[in-house]
Amino acid sequence: MSYRVHVRVVPRAGLLDPQGQAVEHALSALGFREAGSVRIGKAIELEVQARSAEEAEQAARRMCEKLLANPVTEDYSLEVET
Amino acid sequence: MLRVAVVRFPGSNCDLDTLRSAQRVGTEAYFVWHRDTDLKGADCVLLPGGFSYGDYLRSGAIARFSPIMNAVQRHAEGGGPLLGICNGFQILCEAGMLPGALMRNVRLSFVSRPVSLRVEQTDTAFTNQYEENALIRMPVAHGDGRYVADPETLRRLEAERRIVVRYVRPDGASADGENPNGSLNDIAGICNGAGNVVGLMPHPDRASDPALGPAQGAGFFQSMLTWDHIAKGAR
Repeated sequence: MSYRVHVRVVPRAGLLDPQGQAVEHALSALGFREAGSVRIGKAIELEVQARSAEEAEQAARRMCEKLLANPVTEDYSLEVET
Repeated sequence: MLRVAVVRFPGSNCDLDTLRSAQRVGTEAYFVWHRDTDLKGADCVLLPGGFSYGDYLRSGAIARFSPIMNAVQRHAEGGGPLLGICNGFQILCEAGMLPGALMRNVRLSFVSRPVSLRVEQTDTAFTNQYEENALIRMPVAHGDGRYVADPETLRRLEAERRIVVRYVRPDGASADGENPNGSLNDIAGICNGAGNVVGLMPHPDRASDPALGPAQGAGFFQSMLTWDHIAKGAR
């Protein structure tokens, strides 16, 4: 089976995210005063060949830990389409 | 003659400057390609600056899986001198050979200018030719140079005196966080516990030819020649 996996990678909470800050200022300048705590990360989508959704998720988790996210600076979450 | 391997990745762009800097101090320096698996008898290894793999995903994230990196890791584990400059520093952090990571500059812009630095740790393979606390100027040229690490790692780096170079004001006073990229503790470069692995964001390779200006970075390359004569057991 082929599973579509969505990976979200965001800068770890507590670490300065200058991109998020710049976008927050821009939103505020456009009048969106209600926006705050903007964080900017990455979305990665991939197809994973696996026998089950659980197996696909485990494989994607290993990929995150080895390459897709930097454990020093980033947190990730993933979702397997079923 | 000391044999120095300069590793070329696709996207390296300081490879020739680094090679020339090593040759200028009287070493036999040569290139190895990232797909090679053998360092060809290198005594020292240099990872030059640039944008390996276009900085895709994260700076240095893909280069660390290049075939040559297994040999580089074995070289360093055996105590061999290994210097990562700029992108080379990013690769060493991604590979876990030095702690921490380099993130996007605090003001988001690419910073390319000379900076003032204090050489705080001189018992390394690349700084033993400097006086402790020497003030030097070298260029930086990077977009992802903000050094970060968790508080425990920072505490350990400071306690073990592994901050090799720190950003300072031109008169040598503490930068107090007012550094070019927002690095924690004004860290510009660090080393491993044994001092044989050093990584830094500034470019000694761009400050080592007297014809092009003050050559205050040449000491990084000269230090390779004298590292063996320093008591390694002293640390």
